[in-house]
Amino acid sequence: MKTPVVFLLLLAALARTAGAADTPQDSIEQRVKPCTSCHGNEGRATREGYFPRIAGKPAGYLFNQLLNFREERRHYPMMTYMAQLQTDTYLRELADYFGGLRVPYAPPNPPNATAAVLDRGQQLVKDGDKALNVPACSSCHGRRLVGVAPAVPGLLGVSQDYLTAQLGAWRTGIRAAAAPDCMRDLVQRMRPDDLNAAATWLASQAVPDEAEPETSFENPPPLECGSIKQGSRAP
Amino acid sequence: MRKLLWAGALVIVVALIGIFWFRAPDRLTGEAPPPAATPSADPVARGRELVVLGDCKSCHTARGGAPFAGGRPIPTPFGVFYSPNITPDAKAGLGGWSATDFWHALHNGYSKDGSLLYPTFPYTNYTRISRSDSDAIYAYLRTVPSAARPNRRHDLRFPYNHRSLLAAWRWLYFRPGVYEPDPTHDAEWNRGAYLVQGLAHCSACHETRNALGGQAKAGPTGGLVLDWYAPSLTSPHEAGVQNWSTTDILTLLKTGVVSTASAKASTAGPMAEVVSESLQYVADTELQAMAGYLKTLPINTQPGDSEAAKTKYDLPPPILAAGKDLYEKNCADCHGHDGEGHEPEVPPLAGNRAVTMPSAVNPIRMILFGGYSPGTAGNPRPFGMPPYSLTLSDEEIAEVLDYVRTSWGNAAAPVVGEDVSANRGNPLW
Repeated sequence: MKTPVVFLLLLAALARTAGAADTPQDSIEQRVKPCTSCHGNEGRATREGYFPRIAGKPAGYLFNQLLNFREERRHYPMMTYMAQLQTDTYLRELADYFGGLRVPYAPPNPPNATAAVLDRGQQLVKDGDKALNVPACSSCHGRRLVGVAPAVPGLLGVSQDYLTAQLGAWRTGIRAAAAPDCMRDLVQRMRPDDLNAAATWLASQAVPDEAEPETSFENPPPLECGSIKQGSRAP
Repeated sequence: MRKLLWAGALVIVVALIGIFWFRAPDRLTGEAPPPAATPSADPVARGRELVVLGDCKSCHTARGGAPFAGGRPIPTPFGVFYSPNITPDAKAGLGGWSATDFWHALHNGYSKDGSLLYPTFPYTNYTRISRSDSDAIYAYLRTVPSAARPNRRHDLRFPYNHRSLLAAWRWLYFRPGVYEPDPTHDAEWNRGAYLVQGLAHCSACHETRNALGGQAKAGPTGGLVLDWYAPSLTSPHEAGVQNWSTTDILTLLKTGVVSTASAKASTAGPMAEVVSESLQYVADTELQAMAGYLKTLPINTQPGDSEAAKTKYDLPPPILAAGKDLYEKNCADCHGHDGEGHEPEVPPLAGNRAVTMPSAVNPIRMILFGGYSPGTAGNPRPFGMPPYSLTLSDEEIAEVLDYVRTSWGNAAAPVVGEDVSANRGNPLW
């Protein structure tokens, strides 16, 4: 009778020690605590939130975004504040850490949109629109839309709010990438309805099991993108 | 009408300048106390070092913009200033300026066209700079790449948008004059005083300003600048370093953090930028001179400073309980159950003067926005504090801060939710 109690107490004590030692002090995990308080534990975010998942995105893309925030091509004061006094080397290390994380994705929220909107979204994502001179999203972001390392992000596994906000920011010029800014050019050729349809469809899709970003483009990207060069450069 | 105004302003300026000469002779010719290391004979090389020490680039460069091309917004109680382009561009920058024009800006606070400069450009400090240092800074600025970015008009409230009023301001708060060495101190101390009072313009932030932006004569007594509180350098209860070792001061200024048995501090907000952009690149001998001077600043004691006279703040039990509960849930994992911290990664909160100084602005902003220490050669992979602006309400932040400010021997005045809400908004400066 006595033994189990002692055992339980021991177990509890061990659990407590383990809890305190969860985050080794002089570690990258300790260093990214400011990031994970918004981007979620291990950068996995949540389906509802505005804050995007960063775990498993191509590291070059994450590094580009840190530079874009630091140099105010992207505008989100909290991110600029966090990145502004850090060296390229350190930002690269943080990007590599989150880029290398493999944590499971939550299933997508059921879409709140008509079939017509979803069809239009799927058409834009998979085929593009020749009349608007807009290539398919998949021609750069990969056939499975999980991104192409090192600099092109996947489009799945982030919330509709986030996608819509980013496309809107590109349209109004609040978000920018290194020149030539291919995303700005093509987003500005699209109507808000189309942007919304594409975001809605993307947010309704489950992330494939093998979500590892592609390592190379299937065909050469149809647009010239400064961010692809920027993300490939060593710090 | 406009011409009349200009003429009127000019008459006032001339009259005031006349009064200045009559009142206190301007010291124009003094030489700077020499640095410990023999300065380079090349004025451009010397100018480059001086420009780094003065951190000119920080204010005169927009984020992501061309260096020294200006355009950075500088929010103040009087409106938003936009720093001007100081590259050699002929039209937008200082291309048409002579070394003497530049000296007049630094030393006298007026522009090439004679218009008075707003003291956001800290000529109240720069007037201490010697003519030969001014010429070296000018020589270096002629060598930076030209950028055509046109200057943006300041966005100031009435009546501060009337430049001519600066004549009165200057009469009240500005006396030009190159640094005058103090013969009772040695050369190193004088060098430090010259740099701290002049080019490094420490008092531009670390000194109380009145409602008109004028500065007290009491020395660097602390002040609110760019939404942060620049703590007093004359108080050992704020950021005074009178009792620190020179090594500890150097470590803080060069790396942005210090965590030894004798000194614990980290830089945040605008000071983190000063370390990141300027101080980490400054020669040790210059920093040592500055540290030596800072150690001798007179201690400005406040009533209630002594242990015996310390006010004991007894929080209402429900607030104390709520604050403790929030602390245990949000803070204790890193900062420890008794505010002991885990150095060097996590600073202690018990006995931490950044937490207990009378102004609660900085700890409020740290809880709201968190943030990293600056990335420097001496501390290239800094640790950071997570932001709580999205997870805690104004009242909750006030409660947890009240708990921290009154626990483990800390005895600082509590804050309320309004103090927190006044600091929400933008983490940037």
